[in-house]
Amino acid sequence: MRILAVLLVALFLQSFTPARAESLVAGMSQNLVSIDATFVGSEILIFGAVKREAPIPEGEMGVVIVVEGPREAVTVRRKERRYGIYLNAESMDFYSAPSFYAVASSGPLDEVLSELENVARRITVDRAVWGWASADSPEEEEFASALIRLREDSGLFAESADNVTFKQKTLFDTAIELPANLTEGIYIAQIFLTREGSIVAEYGTLVQVRKVGLERFLYNLAQDQPFAYAMLSLAIAIAAGYIASAAFVFFSRS
Amino acid sequence: MQIYLPIAEISVNAFLLLGLGGMVGILSGMFGVGGGFLLTPLLFFIGISPAVAVATGTNQIVASSFSGVLAHLKRKTVDLKMGCVLLGGGLVGSALGVQLFAYLTSIGQVDLLVTLAYVVFLGIIGALMLIESLGAILRTRGGRTPAPKRRKHGWVHALPLKMKFRTSGLYISAIPPILVGMMVGVLAAIMGVGGGFIMVPAMIYILGMPTKVVVGTSLFQIIFVAAFTTTMHATTSRTVDIVLALLLIVGGVIGAQIGTRIGIRIKAEQTRILLALLVVGVCLNLAMDLLVRPSEPYSITVEAN
Repeated sequence: MRILAVLLVALFLQSFTPARAESLVAGMSQNLVSIDATFVGSEILIFGAVKREAPIPEGEMGVVIVVEGPREAVTVRRKERRYGIYLNAESMDFYSAPSFYAVASSGPLDEVLSELENVARRITVDRAVWGWASADSPEEEEFASALIRLREDSGLFAESADNVTFKQKTLFDTAIELPANLTEGIYIAQIFLTREGSIVAEYGTLVQVRKVGLERFLYNLAQDQPFAYAMLSLAIAIAAGYIASAAFVFFSRS
Repeated sequence: MQIYLPIAEISVNAFLLLGLGGMVGILSGMFGVGGGFLLTPLLFFIGISPAVAVATGTNQIVASSFSGVLAHLKRKTVDLKMGCVLLGGGLVGSALGVQLFAYLTSIGQVDLLVTLAYVVFLGIIGALMLIESLGAILRTRGGRTPAPKRRKHGWVHALPLKMKFRTSGLYISAIPPILVGMMVGVLAAIMGVGGGFIMVPAMIYILGMPTKVVVGTSLFQIIFVAAFTTTMHATTSRTVDIVLALLLIVGGVIGAQIGTRIGIRIKAEQTRILLALLVVGVCLNLAMDLLVRPSEPYSITVEAN
């Protein structure tokens, strides 16, 4: 099922890479991010080149790189003062918010990417979260910006201009920081080449983020066989309690 | 050393968790309390979500109360019959509590419930303990000994379904112990505590049990209620973090041994007043969250699919 999804996404990404005067080739430092017991976050290096079969065209060039994590439904809640205490009052559901979203670009985003392309392709963080044109009400916009702010604070959302270094108008590279609190799943990396703000070429690839080893075993056990998992937790607790008590008796005798 | 918790899905310092477990273990060894009421709020402070903190807290309690009850069984200070009656109520209460917890998690009010429960119960218990221990110190300074209490025959003795509890030397109705057990079971599920701090006073003042069997009997029934609650949390909300529990348990059992030794050396009145101040301190700290405008009023919950 998961492999099928990967293939479909890969096909989909392939399909919008038409043959043009310029095209992109890229690679990255890792296609698999493993979450193990000592995972404290990671970094993906994305590097690539602009392939040309004609002289360099006119127009200011830019590169925008987007890495997006699996989308999930989230609820944003706001605390308000009710009955003299602060408690969660208003809330808003986002049915499909990215769990991770990083944008890196070779220059200020409003310079390398036109507003039109951004709206159409939902590239910047606010567009990705707040997909459709603009907020319906200031209230909804407040919740959307709170979602973005909270995720930015925890390193899950990032937007950085000038983070893509360009060499000889051909080679480019960037580093995307992945924090420790990543959601497992398929991450999509997209690279856009722009001229005067319009997208002229793009390239897409996938990164898998998954728990490995003991972390994977325990997580799966907790999800698939919760009763067995509970028994394992209890067995460990009872054993620890027994050992502690036995050790106490041993040490108080000696 | 950072360690990634598979269920909490965050990376935390393993020594911080061992230290927390150890510190709570020392306190529980010194004062003879389970320490769940301190551990769960401390887990909130280091950024573990209430759902994981509460569920994992109950797992840690299984270890500490099991270790404690073995000593009491050896000294024959456990009223097994009373323990089973309390346990009957406790299991029902815990099942209700877990359902309530899961429901409130779904509507986003679980933090409020947990914080309110802590503020109310720690506030009451802490204030009572503070008054009592201050009184005890004043009395010893004054050189007077408290008048011996007479056994009261109140409403507890007027109820039907009477049972004989040989170890406690009681002949009372089974209804009050079942109700006490149930209330503590609900609290165990929503606060991630064993509930000894409610159970012990209730056993002495409501049920009239002799002091020497109270702690052992309370620990005995806490093991089963906590084990049941852990299983319920693991199967309904899947928020028991086994790695987190293990680190807390290891710290806790070592701490408890150290605490017991410290406890023997210091005076009873002093330890009681320290514990009372600690309880009031945790209570006030949590109350601030409710009363002071939060610096970040927004929060995100990922919906389970």
